[in-house]
Amino acid sequence: MIETLFRIAALMRKELRVILKDPRSRIALILPPILQCLIFGYAATYDLNNVPYALVDHDRSAASRAFVARLDGSRIFTRVATFEQTGLAAAYLEDKRAALIVVISRDFERNLNAGKTASVQVIADGRNSNTAGIAQGYVSAIAAAFSQEWRAAHGLAAETVRVTTRAWYNPSLETRWNMIPALIGTITMLMTMMLTAMSVAREREEGTFDQLLVAPFRPAEIMVGKAVPSMLVGIVQSSLIFLVALFWFRIPFAGSYAVLYLGLVFFLAASIGIGLFLSSIAATMQQAMILTFVLLMPFMLLSGLMAPAENMPVVLQYFTMINPLYYAISIARRVYLEGAGLEQLLPDMLALVAIAAVTLPFAAWLFRNRLT
Amino acid sequence: MSPPVIVQERSALRRIAALIRKETYQVFRDPSSIAIGIVMPLLLLVLFGYGLNLDVKNVPVALVMEDASSDARGAASGFELSPSFDAVTVKTMAEAERLLLGGTVKAIVRIPPDFARRVALGSAEIQVIVHGADANTARISLGYAQGAIASWLAREAARGRILAPASVSIENRLWFNEANESTYFLVPGLIVLVMTLIGALLTTLVVAREWERGTFEALFVTPVRSIEVLVGKTIPYFVLGLLGLALSVIGGLVLFGVPLRGSLLVLTGVSVLYLLVALGIGLVISSATKSQFLASQICLVVTFLPAVMLSGFMFDLRSMPWVVQLITYVFPARYFVSLLQTLFLAGNVWSVILPNAAVLAAMATFLMALAVRLTRKRIG
Repeated sequence: MIETLFRIAALMRKELRVILKDPRSRIALILPPILQCLIFGYAATYDLNNVPYALVDHDRSAASRAFVARLDGSRIFTRVATFEQTGLAAAYLEDKRAALIVVISRDFERNLNAGKTASVQVIADGRNSNTAGIAQGYVSAIAAAFSQEWRAAHGLAAETVRVTTRAWYNPSLETRWNMIPALIGTITMLMTMMLTAMSVAREREEGTFDQLLVAPFRPAEIMVGKAVPSMLVGIVQSSLIFLVALFWFRIPFAGSYAVLYLGLVFFLAASIGIGLFLSSIAATMQQAMILTFVLLMPFMLLSGLMAPAENMPVVLQYFTMINPLYYAISIARRVYLEGAGLEQLLPDMLALVAIAAVTLPFAAWLFRNRLT
Repeated sequence: MSPPVIVQERSALRRIAALIRKETYQVFRDPSSIAIGIVMPLLLLVLFGYGLNLDVKNVPVALVMEDASSDARGAASGFELSPSFDAVTVKTMAEAERLLLGGTVKAIVRIPPDFARRVALGSAEIQVIVHGADANTARISLGYAQGAIASWLAREAARGRILAPASVSIENRLWFNEANESTYFLVPGLIVLVMTLIGALLTTLVVAREWERGTFEALFVTPVRSIEVLVGKTIPYFVLGLLGLALSVIGGLVLFGVPLRGSLLVLTGVSVLYLLVALGIGLVISSATKSQFLASQICLVVTFLPAVMLSGFMFDLRSMPWVVQLITYVFPARYFVSLLQTLFLAGNVWSVILPNAAVLAAMATFLMALAVRLTRKRIG
């Protein structure tokens, strides 16, 4: 028993040295997670705050000017040009100088004062239909506020049915709050899986793995000796990203640190299991790296990071069941924003443990039994 | 006496051909190269086309009916009939809250007890509560909720009962993507990812391995010139990249019906430029690091992640803080995404194509020149 621990400790020391020996590798493990979290934290958001638009005002009335003033005053929309005809504005949309064309119809003011519905056409650049849809949503919200104000100011009856809205856990609906907790899992997974995928493949390529196999190590000991250092690196990296989220982006942490870290340990065990598994079936570092990438892409895309997993077809939802990142993002968001406790997250945690419990022993078995 | 120039050139071509042959064998013998060149584009195509759905449809909502009047049922029918929502009716707010917390529903629509009376008075209210953890879906759902109410008001109006609607109605239109299909902008984005991975990641690994094993130095003692080594090394991966491009374009057009409104020739031209940039980045990184591990880590940070995050493929560039916007100009992906989205969906808009293609051409030239400098015959 004691010897086992000694052997594992020796192996871990050696693995950590391999990772940390080269000063450039040390920097490559610490700096990129921080920089990525900073840059992507700002970049990865569906919130819009600078939407250039071209105006086509057919009405040119006091009412249309009041409506445009609301758009311009919103600090989201910037008017880049004003035209008499829609055809002239088209070029602005085509070469991306404007993201929207707002067309106010000729009878805008007349309809408003008659208590009828006045219409505004919003033409958006569908080359990114997601961004376009969000921008159109913003215009709708501004129009609703304008409607109410206009009715009140001109002695018209209020709308019969008003929709009041509230958002729980993220009152101002900032996507950044949603993205950054998810980045903790995503960035850490990218880096630790690549690190582990390299570990066995590198030794196989250099021929030192055969030496390790003839040394008095059991496969399970090799597995632990390789998994634990990667886990340490992963914990350090995710803590760095967590610190950036807390102190740079100032996103309030609602949950318990113990639950978050428990989730992280299970998540890292599962990702390292997959990384070691890929590493043991690969013959060269190149193969290990490419296998990892081919798997990382679907993991990232089908994780709920960029689009909700519930929108996916059923077949692909089965795939998310073996995707550690899907559980990690769910755990990170719920602990971070909702303050979810262990009992609510138990299914996610158990799924991660199950992935680790299958991949880690399988990787250890493959150390000796891989077909060459 | 030096041999005639023609003979020199012919032997240079022979040497390059030999290197290409060696590299091509290597590509075919290593299943991982085939995986990245053929399996990955197909896999990504399926994932993006079917998996990554940004369209908000069938959002599960809990309808809390605290009023049993016909008006309340009418307003509720607005949500039940809307294709955007998948409504379940519950009796109490507490029950709805439990469903929202458990993640079963994404929003609560509450119709208060005095709804019918307030409608008669002309100022009723419907409360919509969304789960902010998925802010994007939440915001889009809020817009749809307004639409669901408006559709009920319109049905009432058709039956001759006029309830005052909102004063300003917004009529939304989407140019270049009238059907509002998110696959239309995801497929161009996919091509960027495929080209980035084949061009940059694969060359990075292959060349870094040669440095790591010392086979690059071994090449230096042969009569092969360093520029010949570079040409010989890149051509097979260049061809692999073009194969990936062809697969993605054909797949996008055939499987998902993405329109190609610009010319195929221009599309191929700009893709070749981007592929050269990606290959150049791969060569520079591997020659600068000479280690597979380090090279792949750097490659991930400077090519793949920016292609997803900083290219305008998913996230709007104009809304980023100016510092981040400046950073996006450094990475080639933003120019290529802009080119592809325009060529696929808008057509040959030269005012977009020329400047972006010029930047890619300049980057390709610079990176290739840098790669040649870094692979000079020297032992370090």
